[in-house]
Amino acid sequence: MLSRGYTTELLTGKDSSKRKSRIPARIDFLQSVSGLVLALFIMFHLVFESSILLGKDAMYMLTKVFEGEPFIQGGEPLIISVLAFIIFAFFVLHAGVAMRKFPSSYKEYRRYTEHKALLNHNDTNLWYVQIMTGFIMFFLGSIHLYIMMTQPENIGPYASSDRVYSDLMWPMYLVLLISVVLHAGIGLYRLIIKWGVFDGKDPKANRQRSRRIAKVLVTAYLLLGLASLGAYMRIGYEHRGEYGQRYVPGSGK
Amino acid sequence: MPENENYREIEITVFRYNPQDKDSTPEYQTYTLTETPGMTLYIALIQIWSKMDHDLSFDFVCRAGICGSCSMVVNGKPRLACKTRTNEFEDGKITLLPLPAFKHIKDLSVDTGNWMNAMSKKLESWIHTQEETDLSRIEKPVDPEVADEVFELDRCIECGICLASCSTKIMRDDFVGAVGLNRTARFSIDPHDQRTDEDFYELIGDENGVFGCMSLMGCEDHCPKNLPLQTKIAYMRRKMVKVK
Repeated sequence: MLSRGYTTELLTGKDSSKRKSRIPARIDFLQSVSGLVLALFIMFHLVFESSILLGKDAMYMLTKVFEGEPFIQGGEPLIISVLAFIIFAFFVLHAGVAMRKFPSSYKEYRRYTEHKALLNHNDTNLWYVQIMTGFIMFFLGSIHLYIMMTQPENIGPYASSDRVYSDLMWPMYLVLLISVVLHAGIGLYRLIIKWGVFDGKDPKANRQRSRRIAKVLVTAYLLLGLASLGAYMRIGYEHRGEYGQRYVPGSGK
Repeated sequence: MPENENYREIEITVFRYNPQDKDSTPEYQTYTLTETPGMTLYIALIQIWSKMDHDLSFDFVCRAGICGSCSMVVNGKPRLACKTRTNEFEDGKITLLPLPAFKHIKDLSVDTGNWMNAMSKKLESWIHTQEETDLSRIEKPVDPEVADEVFELDRCIECGICLASCSTKIMRDDFVGAVGLNRTARFSIDPHDQRTDEDFYELIGDENGVFGCMSLMGCEDHCPKNLPLQTKIAYMRRKMVKVK
């Protein structure tokens, strides 16, 4: 069907008032904003998740806080579902708009990888990490978020540990953890450069500083995430005989 | 043995190919020569051309890092031959390739001129003003800081190194690259130019323009004139994203 507005743009590259579409600007901005929201979310998420390092009670308490227990008796896991859905919406939005930057044909992919190998330039290499981890997260991020949306009641010191260890989710979580931390860290660094956030009077020095901070953050979050995953695995292993049993607060069991 | 025993021998390997000759096949040819004090790649190439191989093609004009003609890929890095000293390479082995991202003419020679010319026209790289210039009157003064900023960006020599270092340009041929975005930033800053942000959006407000840049920083890190490319791309991006 003929839509005059779209057809004019198709034929001339501009709209009927001879203006270029503003959509590329909006998409570029959306990519950055959605990426920033997701990166900040991940930073908090990994910290909250690491509460298991402080003990089962700490993790249990935090889970209940997110389920709204201070206001709702016993907590409402549906709150987690809604939160997971909001994050999933950002995730899909970010994937959708960021995908346009991926090499879109074998030719583009080959030209990029050959050029990257020739140039051996740090930030160009980092982008390869970003597209690879982004690609991995299309799948692994979706699995994780789907489980969180559909089984929010299965979050807790034992429920999570059983999922990680007995349900054999740990390989998926391990790869997802590494991917998400690298992607978010590199993404934040690139956001700073892209919009000139900390350019200041000496942009070159500030870029190096941003880079160092991103490196420290990535290392710290990787270590924190790995330690938490290790803790969930250990608890899951110890709890394998009582798979499915829920944690009773204060019991240590 | 080197001609002078105080000097070392260096090996320069050059990509050889003539796309215009059906019998030509891409190959690498190595030349051994004696390194002299202060030798640049430009001097080495002139020696090879004058003493060893008159068929070798490469571009040069000024020999002083001003014309931007002698850009080529030196051990993987796009650089100017006239500003690259051979003694930077400890093992004395240097591989030279033509710049990717441009039409290959022969050996190390590529056609940057036609690309730059087309880009210049596409981005309307000239002052747009309604004011008539009256040569009998003194020009309106420009804030020295603004003038400095414009002159700083005017230092671009259009060598093509930013494009050869840019993975976006390598993947997507229509991308105007840092040289183009730097040019629009230059006119955007210049008070003589009366174009609005909306006007500049019509030139670079798409994926071939500022929204195509992925901030991979190859341009900034290889620019032989140390231009603040990324800062200016970010400046244009911030401006363009605000256009209603």
